[in-house]
Amino acid sequence: MSISRKTALAGVYEHPLRWAPHKTQYQIMAESARGALEDAGLTIKDVNGLCTSGVGGMGIIALAEHLNLNPDFLDSNSIGGSSFVSHTAHAAAAIAAGYCDVALILYGSKWSSDRFAIGTGGAGSGDPPEQFEGCYGPTTVGDYALTAQRHMHEFGTTSEQLAEIAVTTRKHASLNPNAKFRDLITVDDVLASREVSSPLHLLDCCMISDGGGALLVTSAERARDLKKKPVYIMSAAESCSHTSAGMRDLTDAAAKQSGAKAMEGAGVSHADFDMAMIYDSFTITVCVTLESLGFCKKGEGGAFVQNGRIGLGGELPINTDGGGLSSNHPGMRGIFLVIEAVKQLRGECGERQVKDCQLALCHGTGGTLGLRHSGASLVLGV
Amino acid sequence: MADEKKKSKRPVPRVDEESKPFWEACARHELYVQKCRVCNTVFYYPRAFCPEDLSQDFDWLKCSGKGTVYTFTITRQNQSSEFRNKVPYVMAYVELEEGVRMLTNIVDCDPEMVTIGMPVEVTFEDMAPEISVPLFKPAA
Repeated sequence: MSISRKTALAGVYEHPLRWAPHKTQYQIMAESARGALEDAGLTIKDVNGLCTSGVGGMGIIALAEHLNLNPDFLDSNSIGGSSFVSHTAHAAAAIAAGYCDVALILYGSKWSSDRFAIGTGGAGSGDPPEQFEGCYGPTTVGDYALTAQRHMHEFGTTSEQLAEIAVTTRKHASLNPNAKFRDLITVDDVLASREVSSPLHLLDCCMISDGGGALLVTSAERARDLKKKPVYIMSAAESCSHTSAGMRDLTDAAAKQSGAKAMEGAGVSHADFDMAMIYDSFTITVCVTLESLGFCKKGEGGAFVQNGRIGLGGELPINTDGGGLSSNHPGMRGIFLVIEAVKQLRGECGERQVKDCQLALCHGTGGTLGLRHSGASLVLGV
Repeated sequence: MADEKKKSKRPVPRVDEESKPFWEACARHELYVQKCRVCNTVFYYPRAFCPEDLSQDFDWLKCSGKGTVYTFTITRQNQSSEFRNKVPYVMAYVELEEGVRMLTNIVDCDPEMVTIGMPVEVTFEDMAPEISVPLFKPAA
């Protein structure tokens, strides 16, 4: 069963705060919900589907309680930063199947003000593989660095090429009034920033901020009667990648599987996309994801991101909001991929607007490239 | 050898029923991987079945302990209490002669000297009674 064009994103909201020590996580989510409902011209009483991640094991029930909702559909799929891209797909399928009419997808986090050391702290999952990893001192940055080092070795990718991603993304952030870092940077600035885990420098890494956002998914029919131009969900797919019993090729990402399936489902090919939102936890994430999605051949990601190709006005503008590298990254950023793509497709992006934007791809990566991660691809169109 | 401060308090691996034979071998300073008797797949990390066909009919294969660095990173920042004082250290995937890749640390050498493809051999660090973790050092 295809979900193509049966459902649409009718409301979106990105919380403007990047530092919110004076608010609670659930307050950020409630404020985001209000923003998205206002954007769509709906009220909280219209909502009968709820999705979230980044809360406790059964936190979604507490969130429903906090908002005094009794939804017919609940999904707190937790596959890392890509979760909210997957929620969008699940909500679309649920609506198409009649489970609910209006699904609210929420994220809120205070990882910056709570001083989460996500990138360079230890983390223990308690899952079976952890006993073969935790004793070696993995960090989030280090796990991605393993992929970066191998990519450089196999394909000759350079730190300068990866730095281009950070430079382009910062340029986009300079056009986004809400972005956290807006001062332009150069390739030399990236290379001169301290090395956190070789070969990745500080400016190859996303920030940790506070923040949140909300999405509203409803039927295409209902969306057409609401305030904003509907942005249709054309297709979606998910995947995961892991150590493959010791045989994993570290330069492949889960995006290879989900990207191909999502594009096939939408009946579109690479040249059809006007822009893409590519999860940028690190510069290497973008390079490997672009390759795995098939925008260039494997090993050619370094060359692909050069010469303005991924910048505004280029062949494939990506992360026009400034991404996790420069706008915001409250621990997980999948929801912002969808929010920015929707705004671009509606033509609401002002100075950073992609001209005549009709088709966008969102791809979320959750977890780490070097150990295990999820991929969630979503094709959106008007 | 590194000074006492650097000589780690790694998190002690939490051994379970599936991994017990692996860790028992490590305690004897021997490295084992598994090989399925049905489909001949060699696999790592250890588990109670072959991940290709779910067969429980497998052999424990004693490794030569030799391999090459598949990839690595010099970790210069880790805020966890266990590793804060150990930076810089090298985390790596080593490709064993038996064909599988395992996460580990490269030790007993200058981190800056580590390269992909470098021949390495296993060494063990005794951490706790009955727990030794396999690490790798440049091959003799």
